Amino acid sequence: MKKEEIPQDDGALNKLTKEVVYAVDGSGKYSSELSTGWDVKTKALDLAWEDIEKRIEAARQKVLNNEASPILYFLELRLMDMGILAAYTGFWKWTIKSHLKPAAFKKLSEQKLQKYADAFNVSVEELKTMKVHED
Amino acid sequence: MKIEFEHLQAAHCENGVTTNLLRSAGAEKLTEPLAFGIGSGLFYVQLPFLVINNGPAIAFRTMPGLIFKRTCDALGIPVFRKKFSSKEAGKKYLDECLAAGQPVGAQVGVYYLTYFPKEYRFHFNAHNMIVFGKEDDRYLISDPVMETPTSLTEYELERVRFAKGAFAPRGQIYYPKEKKIITDEQMAKAIVKGIKRNVNHMIRIPGNIAGVKGIAGTGKKIKKWKANLGDEKAGLYLAQLVRMQEEIGTGGGGFRYIYGAFLQESHAFHPIDELLDISKIFTEAGDKWRTAAVQAAGIYKGRIGSQADYDVMGDYLIEISEIEKKAFQALSKIKWNS
Repeated sequence: MKKEEIPQDDGALNKLTKEVVYAVDGSGKYSSELSTGWDVKTKALDLAWEDIEKRIEAARQKVLNNEASPILYFLELRLMDMGILAAYTGFWKWTIKSHLKPAAFKKLSEQKLQKYADAFNVSVEELKTMKVHED
Repeated sequence: MKIEFEHLQAAHCENGVTTNLLRSAGAEKLTEPLAFGIGSGLFYVQLPFLVINNGPAIAFRTMPGLIFKRTCDALGIPVFRKKFSSKEAGKKYLDECLAAGQPVGAQVGVYYLTYFPKEYRFHFNAHNMIVFGKEDDRYLISDPVMETPTSLTEYELERVRFAKGAFAPRGQIYYPKEKKIITDEQMAKAIVKGIKRNVNHMIRIPGNIAGVKGIAGTGKKIKKWKANLGDEKAGLYLAQLVRMQEEIGTGGGGFRYIYGAFLQESHAFHPIDELLDISKIFTEAGDKWRTAAVQAAGIYKGRIGSQADYDVMGDYLIEISEIEKKAFQALSKIKWNS
């Protein structure tokens, strides 16, 4: 990539910092330069987020239809998978799987609910209602 | 307390931490490209069957932690590295290091990294930063992907140091144990070692998932994505490929350019003109990765998307595989003087 070809598009990172890229000058010599972003990359990231939003909404619907417990919604909202949630809560994956059923979720002790709430960085009330107050 | 420390921005976090820590430990001539090359940072692998963030598991660089380790080993710099079973112990040790004037590298997760934009905050646990002081309960942070130093509260730093999931950092910190003057001769030897190892990793690993054969392997798979996955999922897979290629502080194309820069800088230690010629081949590979990313974007933006477009995309990767093979074969034939 030549210096003058370094993309200087808007991107999510642009609000925060420029990125270092390596490019060659007219004589073919490399040096490090700054880039504000590249729309090819920005669009890839946007697409990933659109997919995440869809998953969150689908999970919310499932909870509202009583097909899943709010844990599913927060798994998607917090971009977690079973492995990550198991690590944060200390529960086994199969335990979490059973808690994804609405009936099992309703029977959870306050203590266990608190563990999930902590892992998702919400209150127990927010965990139960899926109403999250965030900045 | 604030330790005398020079923040330098880098294209990639681990290169940056390695360069900045080792420079302050006496390897004054170390640069980001040299650290990347000595650490044999260039790689490619698509792990079969594994799905990350609902997409293919692809890496354009070596495993986290290895660039630092290999560079220190090659330069004969002893490393201190420690993980912690409790947050309290992790904090106590860090504070002691800082009190003793020792800047330390820290492995962290980015999901709770407050100064990152939300769009980049996934559960990625192999980010690296340097902690170089503490003022009014805020830790002073040199994050190599940022233009300027930043800071985190005690709680914020603890949360990212003890993030959970794959590659959980468990508070890991690391630093060079002693200051040493690194001679040009040591640098020259380390460069040869790094190149030879990278040749092995890129063209001599058996199987079709790693190195240049892995790149062609992904190319062949891409041609089947449209039929096997459907348009929407295939688009997401391509977007993931580009994100892994051009993620913050990384870059598949970008890494190829860094390697090109590394070979040019190596010329100062080994006046062998082939290094300059081979550098150009890496520039060509990087450019082709970028062309491939543009093609992928055409597909995931929905501008194009026929089977022929996927075939073109797959063929780009097969071409890249050939270009990088040529480059590493040429590197394997260099006659080193030392």
